[in-house]
Amino acid sequence: MAKSINITLKVWRQKDAKSKGHFETYHLENISTDSSFLEMLDILNEKLVDEHKEPIAFDHDCREGICGMCSLYINGHPHGYESEVTTCQLHMRKFKDGDVITVEPWRSRAFPVIRDLMVDRGAYDKIMQAGGYISVNTGGTPDANAIPISKEIADEAMDAATCIGCGACAAACKNGSAMLFVSAKVSQLALLPQGKLEAARRAKAMVAKMDELGFGNCTNTGACAAECPKSISLSNIARLNREFLCAKLKD
Amino acid sequence: MSTIDSKIPKGPLAEKWTNYKNTQKLVNPANKRRLDIIVIGTGLAGASAAATLGELGFNVLNFCMQDSPRRAHSIAAQGGINAAKNYQNDGDSIYRLFYDTIKGGDYRAREANVYRLAEVSNNIIDQCVAQGVPFAREYGGTLANRSFGGAQVSRTFYAKGQTGQQLLLGAYSALSRQIQKGSVKEYTRREVLDIVLIDGRARGVIVRNMTNGKIERYAAHAVVMATGGYGNAYFLSTNAMHSNGSVAIQAYRKGAYFANPCYVQIHPTCIPVHGDYQSKLTLMSESLRNDGRIWVPKKKEDAEAIRAGKLKPTQIKEEDRDYYLERRYPAFGNLVPRDVASRAAKERCDAGYGVAPSGLAVYLDFSEAINRLGKDAIKAKYGNLFQMYEKIADENPYETPMMIYPAIHYTMGGIWVDYELQTSIPGLFAIGECNFSDHGANRLGASALMQGLADGYFVLPYTIQNYLSDQIQVPRFSVDTPEFEEAERSVVEKENRILNIQGHRTVDSIHKDLGHIMWEYVGMGRTKESLETAIEKLKDLKKEFWSNVYVPGKVEDLNIELGKALRLADFIEIGELIAHDALNRNESCGGHFREEYQTPEGEALRQDEEYSYVSCWKYTGEGSAPELLKEPLDYEFTERKTRNYKN
Ligand SMILES: Cc1cc2nc3c(=O)[nH]c(=O)nc-3n(C[C@H](O)[C@H](O)[C@H](O)COP(=O)(O)OP(=O)(O)OC[C@H]3O[C@@H](n4cnc5c(N)ncnc54)[C@H](O)[C@@H]3O)c2cc1C
Ligand code: SF4
Ligand code: FES
Repeated sequence: MAKSINITLKVWRQKDAKSKGHFETYHLENISTDSSFLEMLDILNEKLVDEHKEPIAFDHDCREGICGMCSLYINGHPHGYESEVTTCQLHMRKFKDGDVITVEPWRSRAFPVIRDLMVDRGAYDKIMQAGGYISVNTGGTPDANAIPISKEIADEAMDAATCIGCGACAAACKNGSAMLFVSAKVSQLALLPQGKLEAARRAKAMVAKMDELGFGNCTNTGACAAECPKSISLSNIARLNREFLCAKLKD
Repeated sequence: MSTIDSKIPKGPLAEKWTNYKNTQKLVNPANKRRLDIIVIGTGLAGASAAATLGELGFNVLNFCMQDSPRRAHSIAAQGGINAAKNYQNDGDSIYRLFYDTIKGGDYRAREANVYRLAEVSNNIIDQCVAQGVPFAREYGGTLANRSFGGAQVSRTFYAKGQTGQQLLLGAYSALSRQIQKGSVKEYTRREVLDIVLIDGRARGVIVRNMTNGKIERYAAHAVVMATGGYGNAYFLSTNAMHSNGSVAIQAYRKGAYFANPCYVQIHPTCIPVHGDYQSKLTLMSESLRNDGRIWVPKKKEDAEAIRAGKLKPTQIKEEDRDYYLERRYPAFGNLVPRDVASRAAKERCDAGYGVAPSGLAVYLDFSEAINRLGKDAIKAKYGNLFQMYEKIADENPYETPMMIYPAIHYTMGGIWVDYELQTSIPGLFAIGECNFSDHGANRLGASALMQGLADGYFVLPYTIQNYLSDQIQVPRFSVDTPEFEEAERSVVEKENRILNIQGHRTVDSIHKDLGHIMWEYVGMGRTKESLETAIEKLKDLKKEFWSNVYVPGKVEDLNIELGKALRLADFIEIGELIAHDALNRNESCGGHFREEYQTPEGEALRQDEEYSYVSCWKYTGEGSAPELLKEPLDYEFTERKTRNYKN
């Protein structure tokens, strides 16, 4: 049943990438436990606007855990403490009356802050542009049932493909590595017969781009998979390493 | 009076598209490089079009509001995409998909467009598989299908409950490849605020950079809008927070006709409203109706006890449950089209049988399917949807039925386009949900993804060449022309006007008022009186906005409230258009239900003699009523019938 709680928020405010940021403290009363975390921030922003103060900038769009636009470090965890959810799916019923909640942006070298809680994740798009595709043009493709793909393989590819590109993996990693994100795409496409042909080339190009953009090295801490809202598995990283080795051997 | 030329090719239905392609004009490869095309939007329609046009060799400028093209609203589509592959050998065909779509649209769509859509549907599936979209498969390795409302065959392809995501990631991968090649330039976190016309042709856009508020100008030989639907005019909808109708309204103000604005789809299975702080509604995919059964208590006392929290749904005996869809529509049962299912839910709730404390909910129950197939099978099919439901509603749908209620979901209406997907402004094209073209008065499930990708991969890349072929002599444009100056000036003036109001209402509080007016008076059941009330109330609301909104901050800055205010101003105009159109259409058809026009059993009653036309609204200036132009809908190949889902 819905209840109301009072909370204290410590929110990171930062004008832009170059400015120094700081925490601001806000108190909110009577927050329905049925509201979502972002709806709670909406309420805070409405209040700030009413007081003629600048609202807090944060990213969001679908608010149902699929677009990957929301971010936020909540009490030290990307997308909050609860597993398998994005920030937009987190509800206030997971908090208690009187809680103090710290909200920060993704902190990672490759994701500069734009304002407050909003960061630039353009680096992930650049990695995809380096090779996250099968090189096929529109039209002239064979019948969809021409290549049978076993259900197991299709399901495994699907599991890897559920990555929403949110950036929590790199934000969670002490090295700031994007390996989980990269490996998810490399795995999905390497598993499927359509994508196998380019698998080695793709792995090499994407990893090179990742390094170039300032992401750190993977030292297998596993923090990424623990915090990933879509439960992308570490086994993808193992597959990426295999593809990458193959590519190196061919060189 | 202007006349409407829909440019439908001659010949038998099944040959029109082929005839068109055989005789249309093309642009040769060397000339393509010299032609610039602006594509606004990176949803299924925009991303597929931008990628394909880039592959063909055009120079493409692609815009989106999100921080990455992959996050467009299409990503949220759950259930699936239709195609006439007939892989299940259950009697499907291009003709049957065409027919179901026409009938599902309550005979208010253009035959030629719909036939073409059905025709290219099969290519879409081939294309997506080639891109690596991991569609669900059978153990034998072939593609799996499921059924959706309004069809008696299984023609829906799906990737778990994340079909839109996988299709969009496919299109995004093709787009990324073109960005890498340099044929597409991507502009993210950009909001298009106006379309620039030069000598009556669309030649560019005025854009607000959402990270710093700076105004930017871009020119091109043609402009394609792929900006999605305007459902957020109702404030609460299943659409993403940034979905909007602003580019459509700017195009309308510049002379593009707005067609059938009143055809708004209300989806029957959404998580009910639960608080006034709520920012959006969440859809529970229609695919759930394959295995879920919809019911309310048979006895009013039971419904009352449930509302008061004294009784649980699982305590209601089988014989005391009213599976009202199965009762009213034995042939289609739980799989009737959306408009029919939504109205039936409203009818039961209005009659006092609704559940949830508000009385505005019905049950979607999986217990029978779980008993028959096992929990694991249900989990494999709908696991992510069940998880999503549990997160929001805090109830376990494996153990207790889901509670659902209809919500605004999709807009069939939109910018008018001809057969070539060109609007009434030369050089301005509209694709995907933002155009009005293929779904008539009601869209069938899994057909929006089909239409978005059909437009973007297989239709526009052909038809736009027919326009561009005589533009090859036109040199690249400068953005320093008086037309760009003027467009930018008026955009900045509007921004300043809004900022200078310095009133007492937040943007969201006015948007919520708009939503209430729209849902109350222009929602699921409309009457002449309710629509007239809406029009009055909207006038007042418009005044309230322009005199009492408060937007903090500066114009030239990252200013989220200003962006929302600009969109809200346009939503209010869309609201007015919807109400006007609904008032004009004295009939019930598809998603447009006028209570005066129904059969004794409560089914929609069309008035074919008078209303078999597309309503095209033409802007006539600030404060003056729009002009109505009619595109007659002649049904050459199908016989118009009363829709019947009973037997
Ligand atoms: C929850 C949900 C589930 C759905 N499930 C299904 C389903 O299972 N099957 C099905 O067929 N359909 C489904 N639909 C419908 C379908 O998803 C949409 O109709 C379709 O995705 C629309 O695609 P689009 O490309 O036209 O627009 P969108 O995906 O809405 O993309 C719009 C694009 O335009 C950009 N844009 C908008 N305004 C501006 C501006 N002013 N300046 C710059 N850029 C702008 C946006 O940034 C975005 O990139 C569902 C819809 C919802 C809401
Ligand atoms: S791997 Fe997980 S955490 Fe990383 S971007 Fe993908 S969904 Fe987000
Ligand atoms: S807002 Fe889309 S995943 Fe959170």
